[in-house]
Amino acid sequence: MLPWLTALLIVLLAYGLYGGLVMAPADYQQGDSFRIIYIHVPSAWMSLFVYVVMAISGAIGLIWHIKLAEIVSISSASIGAAFTFLALITGSLWGKPMWGTWWVWDARLTSELILLFLYLGVIGLYGAIEDKRTAARAVAILALVGVVNIPIIHYSVEWWNTLHQGATVTKFDKPSIHPDMLIPLLVMAVAFKVYYGIALLMRCRNELLQREQNNRWVDEILEKL
Amino acid sequence: MTDSSTLNAFVAIVRRDLLLAYRHRAELINPLAFFVLVVTLFPLGVGADIALLKRIAPGVIWVAALLASLLTMDSLFRSDFEDGSLELMVMSPHPLSVLVLGKVTAHWLLSGAPLSLVAPLLAMMFNMDAEAIKILLLTLLLGTPVLSLIGAIAVALTVGLRKGGVLLAILVLPLYVPVLIFASNAVDAAMAGFPVSGQLYMMSAMLFLAITLTPWPTAAALKMSLS
Repeated sequence: MLPWLTALLIVLLAYGLYGGLVMAPADYQQGDSFRIIYIHVPSAWMSLFVYVVMAISGAIGLIWHIKLAEIVSISSASIGAAFTFLALITGSLWGKPMWGTWWVWDARLTSELILLFLYLGVIGLYGAIEDKRTAARAVAILALVGVVNIPIIHYSVEWWNTLHQGATVTKFDKPSIHPDMLIPLLVMAVAFKVYYGIALLMRCRNELLQREQNNRWVDEILEKL
Repeated sequence: MTDSSTLNAFVAIVRRDLLLAYRHRAELINPLAFFVLVVTLFPLGVGADIALLKRIAPGVIWVAALLASLLTMDSLFRSDFEDGSLELMVMSPHPLSVLVLGKVTAHWLLSGAPLSLVAPLLAMMFNMDAEAIKILLLTLLLGTPVLSLIGAIAVALTVGLRKGGVLLAILVLPLYVPVLIFASNAVDAAMAGFPVSGQLYMMSAMLFLAITLTPWPTAAALKMSLS
């Protein structure tokens, strides 16, 4: 499945980047700087999405003791942390020319930063516990508690009327963003999802092989590679 | 198991922890001294400009309270874990979440409550007016139990680890953020003369949510740490 997904990713990324960087018209207010949203917005969406996946699969692992769910949960953590970091970095690169500052203590920025620390806490906790099955359960509990933060981030822009602009995409009646700009953005979002899928599958495979390294079927697979 | 026996277990846990703490009276002072010290460092660090100090006072006092309560968290389950009484609690016929709630209650009475009572004195040293001090005391009384309850989850997760200290801070502090936001916002608003009932209601809601919801993850984490 991995080669197919990789091919899909390349196609989507190529289209999304071309559409976003070349075809989409420049914003009348922000000029060409707005094009960073093609990285920023999908990674910000993914940072929340991955956390929810992590928490849900953690809960599944906790309740039904499914090993694979635990592995999905813990493998998501570092990918999610990377997405969060990317969202913060691109946001601050964009903020410098637009808001005139790298960083403001705005509700959404701050809660995204807290999300990063939640991810780091999850990774740290998983690393600190030696027995990996116990560690996975501990991480699941922590992830479930941290889920409280997700709606806070999502609605922070609406609750506190701050510097970060409100949503322009998910208004149902009529998006306040031009379709020429919107379509590449959505394509990029799908591309990021596919990338997450690829990274997740690869990490899960590693984690699984590492955990079961004493079993014979692992040796058989490794010999084939 | 009847309800009254569960209640008895709750009371017994609270009484036991208070008694244990009373036998080690000297340790009770430490977090308070830490709290006062941290707050004292700020005028030394930012200078004795009274207008500036007055403006940052709510934030400073709340952050110091946060750190002080973080410092005390580790002791919540540590000694019980080491002498094995925690295992007995897990095995007892009473629901572990109720016992956990008892332990957290005792812990708050020994850390959060004295902290809240010392805070007005510090606020006075920062030249805050009476109305704001009243709100500060209220937010601390509403907020510090939430800190203890949330912290208990993270402590339960890390109690089995030998080097849990720094990890505990990383796990707990992000979860403390909502309390901090609403509390210092309330005190700020009170200092500016705005009504603060909204923030206070929000904090009460957080307190009741924390009382009802956090004992379960804490109990689950304890069982996991002991297994």
